[in-house]
Amino acid sequence: MRYIEPHAHMVSRTTDDYERMALAGCAAVCEPAFWAGFDRSSVDGFHDYFCQLTEHEPKRAAKFGLKHFCWLCINSKEAEDVKLAEEVIALIPQFLNRPNVLGIGEIGLNKNSRNELRVLEMQVELAAQHDQLILVHTPHLEDKLKGTRLILDVLKNDKRIKPERVIIDHVEEHTVAMVLDGGMWAGMTLYPETKCTPARAIDMLETYGQERIWMNSACDWGVSDPLAVPKTALEMKKRGHLAGAIEKVIFSNPKSFLRQSGKFKL
Amino acid sequence: MTKQQVLDLYFLNARHQLIDVAAFLDRVERADGKDDFRLKSFRAALTKLGGREKQKAKAVLLAFSDPTTKPIAKAAGKSACGAHAGSH
Repeated sequence: MRYIEPHAHMVSRTTDDYERMALAGCAAVCEPAFWAGFDRSSVDGFHDYFCQLTEHEPKRAAKFGLKHFCWLCINSKEAEDVKLAEEVIALIPQFLNRPNVLGIGEIGLNKNSRNELRVLEMQVELAAQHDQLILVHTPHLEDKLKGTRLILDVLKNDKRIKPERVIIDHVEEHTVAMVLDGGMWAGMTLYPETKCTPARAIDMLETYGQERIWMNSACDWGVSDPLAVPKTALEMKKRGHLAGAIEKVIFSNPKSFLRQSGKFKL
Repeated sequence: MTKQQVLDLYFLNARHQLIDVAAFLDRVERADGKDDFRLKSFRAALTKLGGREKQKAKAVLLAFSDPTTKPIAKAAGKSACGAHAGSH
């Protein structure tokens, strides 16, 4: 089995995880910029983080035969401070030409505040100006429905944004249809406690089809499983899905979306 | 999959999870103090399970969701708790 891990925060994971992913058939890992678990105190912290994502982490992954790609942004969890966000956004263009940068992400909303929305709009503008792919984080738990609607409104109102170049991540049963109906891609995140279980993710595939949809582990510094994608592939096999259908969801689909960047080559 | 295959693959796990939910309710009802909005949402979500309606997972998620449409003035924190105080 070969698969692509389209969303993983590998700077928070050990080299053992890289090894386990490689042994499970992972061909490439894609790392959106994320909240560190604490607020960075200045724009310099982001500069160092973007260097880590574009210089250091690809070397770490390469030791296990894995290609490493990344997305850049300021995460919505740090978007209440608009001045800091403006400084970080001004920093991003100098990194966009680096060979492993796929686009702007994971932008989005967390608590659905006005400042988060303003920073989201600024980063959509950045993506539009530089013709970048967009990866969107949707809020957690009780905030997901409202946040997904607000995010879709922002994206649909900007006519420069092509929906097929946007992935809306962390969909669940109450948001997946509105994302797919909007012509965007949908990401299902497989988490042990929140978001989707493997069984529920496969339910959504069986209900909504396999077009414009991918699965990811979104493994980070919290409770998460870097092998969630191959484990879900195994669950698909148990449910009688054929090898070709499994490969489409865990390999071909993410490849189709990501290669729109022009940099995603395996 | 046929119904029989679904039951063969998932029944024991679903039974286990249902008993865990029942035990959680026993535990919280046994405890001293007052309920809060989370338990109210939880009980509202439980009512979505008994009928013949389809899309029960979606109905449960909606029962826990913030139904408002306008952005809030300011994020007071970063975490979500799983239920919205004004949902029910």
